[in-house]
Amino acid sequence: MKTLRELLFPLAAVVAAFIVGGIVVLAVGDSPLSTYTLLIGSALTWPDGIGYTLFYATPLIFTGLAVAVAFRCGLLNIGAEGQLYAASFVTAWVGITCAGLPALLLVPLCFLAALVAGGFWGAVPGVLKARFGAHEVITTIMMNFIAVALASYFTQYHYKPQGDPILETVPIGEGAHIARLGRFVPGFPERIPLNLAFPLALVVCLLVYLFLWRTRWGYEIRATGANPAAAQYGGIATGRQIVLAMSISGALAGMVAVNEVLGYRYRYYDGFSSGYGFTGIAVALLGRNHPVGVILASLLFGALLRGGLFVDIFTEHVSKDLVMVLQGIIILFVASEALFRGLSRRRIKGV
Amino acid sequence: MTIVLILLLSAIRLTTPLLLAALGGLYSERSGVINIALEGLLLAGAFTAATVTHYSNNPWIGLAAAILAGMLVALIHGVACIKFKADQVVSGTAINILFLGVPALLSGALFESTGATPQLPRSQLMPYTPIFLAFALVPVTWYVLNRTPFGLRLRAVGENPEAADTAGVDVARVRFAAVMLSGALAAIGGAYLSIGQSSLFARNMSAGRGFIALAALIFGKWRPVQTMLACLLFGFAEALSIQMQGVSQVPVQFIQIVPYVLTIVVLAGFIGHSRAPRALGIPYQEKR
Repeated sequence: MKTLRELLFPLAAVVAAFIVGGIVVLAVGDSPLSTYTLLIGSALTWPDGIGYTLFYATPLIFTGLAVAVAFRCGLLNIGAEGQLYAASFVTAWVGITCAGLPALLLVPLCFLAALVAGGFWGAVPGVLKARFGAHEVITTIMMNFIAVALASYFTQYHYKPQGDPILETVPIGEGAHIARLGRFVPGFPERIPLNLAFPLALVVCLLVYLFLWRTRWGYEIRATGANPAAAQYGGIATGRQIVLAMSISGALAGMVAVNEVLGYRYRYYDGFSSGYGFTGIAVALLGRNHPVGVILASLLFGALLRGGLFVDIFTEHVSKDLVMVLQGIIILFVASEALFRGLSRRRIKGV
Repeated sequence: MTIVLILLLSAIRLTTPLLLAALGGLYSERSGVINIALEGLLLAGAFTAATVTHYSNNPWIGLAAAILAGMLVALIHGVACIKFKADQVVSGTAINILFLGVPALLSGALFESTGATPQLPRSQLMPYTPIFLAFALVPVTWYVLNRTPFGLRLRAVGENPEAADTAGVDVARVRFAAVMLSGALAAIGGAYLSIGQSSLFARNMSAGRGFIALAALIFGKWRPVQTMLACLLFGFAEALSIQMQGVSQVPVQFIQIVPYVLTIVVLAGFIGHSRAPRALGIPYQEKR
């Protein structure tokens, strides 16, 4: 019963968002039905639709988990975007600097770099909050801009190939590349960039679940989030939990680098993230801050990102910005949970 | 000498949208409602101003429409946060994402473009009025906050809503008024971006100014005059980074991050502590 209600509410929010989105589509002058058919249909074709949906879902699983872990500690990490940028640049930097190493060493080294850089970028707001009481929302927003600016500086002045009109680094060493799933799955073409980062994301979901619900540290993080005063009274060093949660959160967001740098672009590319960090907030909220929910929500948003490209091309008026509109409305509805509770209560009372 | 003058004028122009958005944020936050939706409000204002001016050939109508749009968008934020007790940061984030999409979607449909509105002729622009308005609003805001009954209620609601409620103040109503005021001001800032500083709306043209405004508000400790000074500082940093582009050896990125680093430093309490309104971010449940 409880699980059903946990599922029902996010579902209601999504349906409500699609209805409002449909009205917007209608207002713009297209048919909502055919637009949605196109949006969802193009995300479900085999192998391209599904392949790209999973590819787009991968970074969202990481950022969704990142936001969820912070949420469980009572923190709102708006900084996943900056954490994934910091991690992606540092990962590319390691991949470039140690290009000569064999894959067996280079891939783990790059992975470690992603974790450390992302974790560090998350830890700073954590420390600022625990030590000085600086609100993590504001500091993470600021850290986002700093990460993007620093990565862009290093790219532009130190790692850009000569004469390249695009702001990107030179490629990483071949030893750092990770395989695309096409190599293992028969009938799945290797041109689709879905790579080993996707199964990694699923494993990380399991690990996060085990960490949060089966370890003492995880328990202490959740206790801190549920009631900081009570947790402190119970002997939990809440400050340390805040720093720990933010570091883990940042490291999770940093894993986006595995998908983007090691599995797809093989370099750092300025402005590559189409707001994965912010969509992660939507993913975590819709997924009820639970790893399983995060996977489901990531699949939905991954499908929307994929389908949005087709809506852009094949409809008369609607552009892929519809996806962003849907995303915004979904977050608003999920955040205004009381709206739905109010509705159901009214129905019970028969008013 | 001329270069200094150019720099100062450019700084004042660049300060204007920041100041309008920051003053908007000030009303909302002093009433206890976090407003990180400033970015979305700027975009909503910018798009509405450019579009309505294009159709009406009159920037005043464009500005009025922008103000209306800003208030409507702020109303969404208000309904979510005040009525339905949504997390204020989450609601603000939703609005920011929503209004990255809505203007692009609408301009794509209206003008067959990829998210920009048509260029407006020079005669239909409003290059100076918003500047005067922005700076005039600083003393006005100070006066409203500190010398009027509305300002007293606003501050009471932001610091101690229980006490205000007991004293007969309608907490929700004051907060709604503050949030909508905040939408109106930020939308004027947005209008200045599209029909003042430039002559069209372009996709994501606010480029993070809503967040810099938020930073200025915190840097200015939620007070009108200090917030203006912070906006001027950040505006000057931006002007400097534009002027130095290609001329100086200092990479622009280093100047761009100045506002963000300063805000973190201030928040951490390294240069005087910045204390938020006490009830900031906490939904208020009326006692019945």
